[in-house]
Amino acid sequence: MDSVESRLARVRGRTMPRRYDARTISALTANPGCARRALMDAAGIDKQKLAAHTGYPAPFGQSEFAITRGNAFEAQIKDNGAAQLLTLLREVLALDVTEAHYTDLNEVGGNADNELRHVYTKQRLTAPPGHRGTMFDHPLLRFTVAGRHAYLEPDLIAFQHRGQFHVIEIKSFAIVDGQADPAKVAAAAMQSAVYVLALSDLLGGNGQVHHETILVCPRDFSNEPTAAKIDVRRQLTVIRRQLSRIAHIEQLLDEYPDDLTFDLDPDEHQRPRRPAEELASAIRQVGASYDPQCLSTCELCYLCRDEAQGTTGALGKAVRADLGGIEYTRQALDLARGAVPTADREEAAVMLLQAAQLREQILGETV
Amino acid sequence: MSLLTALARALAAETGRAQPIRTVRHVHLSDRPLVFVPLRLAGEACAPLAALVGDDPGNPVMLTVHEPRDRTQRFDFAAALAAVIVSYVDGYTMPEPALGTPYSDAPQLLVPNPQAIGFARLLGRSTRFRRTEGEFAVKESVPLLGRWLSFYSERSESPASALLVSMTAVLADHWATGQSAAEDANLAALLAWIAPAPGMTGAASARAAEDPIRFPPAGPTTDPSFDNEVLRTRVNAIRVAKATGDGEALLRARAATEAALRTQLEPTWELMWLGVDLLRGLSEGAHVADRWKSDRWAFTGHVARLREGGAPQPRRDGAVASAAKLARLERDQQRLDVQRAYDDPLVMAEYRLAGEAFAGAVADAWPDRVDTSGKRAKLRPWIVLETAERVMAAPGATVTCPDRPGQDAEIIDVTVAGRATRVTLQLSGGMGRSLVALPGSVPAVGEELTYTALRDGFEPVPRFPDREQTPWTHGGPPPEYVPAVDGEDAAEDLS
Repeated sequence: MDSVESRLARVRGRTMPRRYDARTISALTANPGCARRALMDAAGIDKQKLAAHTGYPAPFGQSEFAITRGNAFEAQIKDNGAAQLLTLLREVLALDVTEAHYTDLNEVGGNADNELRHVYTKQRLTAPPGHRGTMFDHPLLRFTVAGRHAYLEPDLIAFQHRGQFHVIEIKSFAIVDGQADPAKVAAAAMQSAVYVLALSDLLGGNGQVHHETILVCPRDFSNEPTAAKIDVRRQLTVIRRQLSRIAHIEQLLDEYPDDLTFDLDPDEHQRPRRPAEELASAIRQVGASYDPQCLSTCELCYLCRDEAQGTTGALGKAVRADLGGIEYTRQALDLARGAVPTADREEAAVMLLQAAQLREQILGETV
Repeated sequence: MSLLTALARALAAETGRAQPIRTVRHVHLSDRPLVFVPLRLAGEACAPLAALVGDDPGNPVMLTVHEPRDRTQRFDFAAALAAVIVSYVDGYTMPEPALGTPYSDAPQLLVPNPQAIGFARLLGRSTRFRRTEGEFAVKESVPLLGRWLSFYSERSESPASALLVSMTAVLADHWATGQSAAEDANLAALLAWIAPAPGMTGAASARAAEDPIRFPPAGPTTDPSFDNEVLRTRVNAIRVAKATGDGEALLRARAATEAALRTQLEPTWELMWLGVDLLRGLSEGAHVADRWKSDRWAFTGHVARLREGGAPQPRRDGAVASAAKLARLERDQQRLDVQRAYDDPLVMAEYRLAGEAFAGAVADAWPDRVDTSGKRAKLRPWIVLETAERVMAAPGATVTCPDRPGQDAEIIDVTVAGRATRVTLQLSGGMGRSLVALPGSVPAVGEELTYTALRDGFEPVPRFPDREQTPWTHGGPPPEYVPAVDGEDAAEDLS
């Protein structure tokens, strides 16, 4: 019997594994029923490369202007032992941080090994109160997804206040007059919630991590930071529930042949040599659950979208529900044109027929 | 979403072409709208990069910021934009309207998508408080532009307003495509379904339109690969030329940047006018002019406020203003829903499917029935409508026929007989003053009619306290407007 690790390594093939991060975990929770994504993320597959090689390059990238701006803002916040941040926490959030102690957990004595860094993070965060400090830069957390450990390296600072830890998330989108882009705030809240869970795991889950996280962003149109508290209790519930729905990876692997692999067969310049069609058919062996929402969260979305052509789900969850949950557009249209429905679709068929008749009556064209 | 729209999407997917979901246009469209296509620098809240703007499809004004992080250039951009927008708006303030009437027309702004409205809102916010004298002075037109953009973006919060319109929203409201709403947010892909390239299906056309090289995103966010592969080098060339003091090279670098940005804007500009043409092809709904009148009133009010030297819109609404706005938005939405259903049988069909409206033929009529039970005899004709549709309304309810808005119909009886339902209705109003109905004012036997419980009845405007009377439970009266002091001004402009 193969170990799960070695099977996942075979699925991945000869490429370096990619790590989970809070972003991929929160994206995973957006579509927990997708076996394709669950398996690929567990195996640490570079989905972007895979998508490009099969002729479906991912529709997103990040502008260097945005990256530069984000990095500059984060650096500015953390500069001088996070002096700006400390002022902000005192002034904006009225927290009585008396003593500031900044601990850099980026590496351990020059060693950046994950396990070592995680152990060190744990040591520092669980030290007796007098010895553990207040702010921690880049702690390395560990989180269990689909029965496997994933290391999370938040670019954030866990901050301790009255015996409780607060997760701090630094983002470079602006808060203008106390308001920010709701989609961006939602994404940040989801990521913070992942960190809260991981941090609770590390501390033994006895409520030492506060459900209020702190979002630090530029204020208005300036570089000055501002902070806002975000209550992530709702996100915590969502993530816990969704993660419990993701099948354990062992069970998932059992459904596929032993020789399943998404190996790209890279040459010495890391250029993939595996025939694209062969790779695509390997991908197709693992079922996906496409939803238009994937277009903004998953690198493989264009491939899955093509596969989902002809389904009502490809038009959106709401459309599918409006059409009475019928799986294919063809079936829905047949019923609208008077085809005899199966017993379970009688109700939907009546509505569809009626809708089609109204449309014909008003537009004067047959449906 | 609704069943009829979902069905239209399925049809579009099957036929490869967008399907109409409205029979009329539900939004006002100006004879010469001002189209505004802005781009901003990625990663910044509101750093304008470039824009195409104008009311002449063949001759847009191109605006460029060569160094988007430079404060002076940013406000030069705002001044240049003001030259176009403010003078366009001013063109509508003559002649003066008679007292108690609004301007006869109002300027209409069209942008590609809701994100562009968000950009206009932020640009308005970042310019309306600027001072025109002192250390960080800007041109006089800059805060004025800010106040206009703020006015327009605030009005756009009302679903009934057409002063500032997003093209993707209005197109997706009139056509159903064979793709998802998420994909409809891409202007090029949406238009590809409605007006596919010659010899191509909408589906294939839309796929081609997703290629950011051929169809750059409609903004305001630029295509990241354009940023990384083109814009970065161009901006660097400008910086180098500036640093070395090479005037020739600077001119060349600026021209190259402008040319590159133009390639990102022009396809969207063309698409915007294609959208305008498609919308012009639809005849206007009956109540559109009524809603536009509200817009004209709002415009008239804003012009008056500016002339009276009123303070710019506050950073955030006070408690009273928020409550009043919310009440107005709810009222607007309700009125819009009713008006659209009355103007458009395809919209009304949704209500028929849901049992909130029914259509049928008049099977029986008693046009001269007089009710003598009260002190005075009243003309109360009865008609019997026979319908094959579901009737949810119960006896006692009042329904209205969109073709006879001035006439109420009370449901007297609902009898289901086999597949048909017979509804007895008692009519009142719209029949003249005597005890004999005016000719044609009572539906005749055989006439096809739709009745619905949906009505745009009079509702008193809720009363709110004056601003100065804001109760302490709501934070008390909001502070008076104070122009920004130097320090604040500077802090906001560093980015």
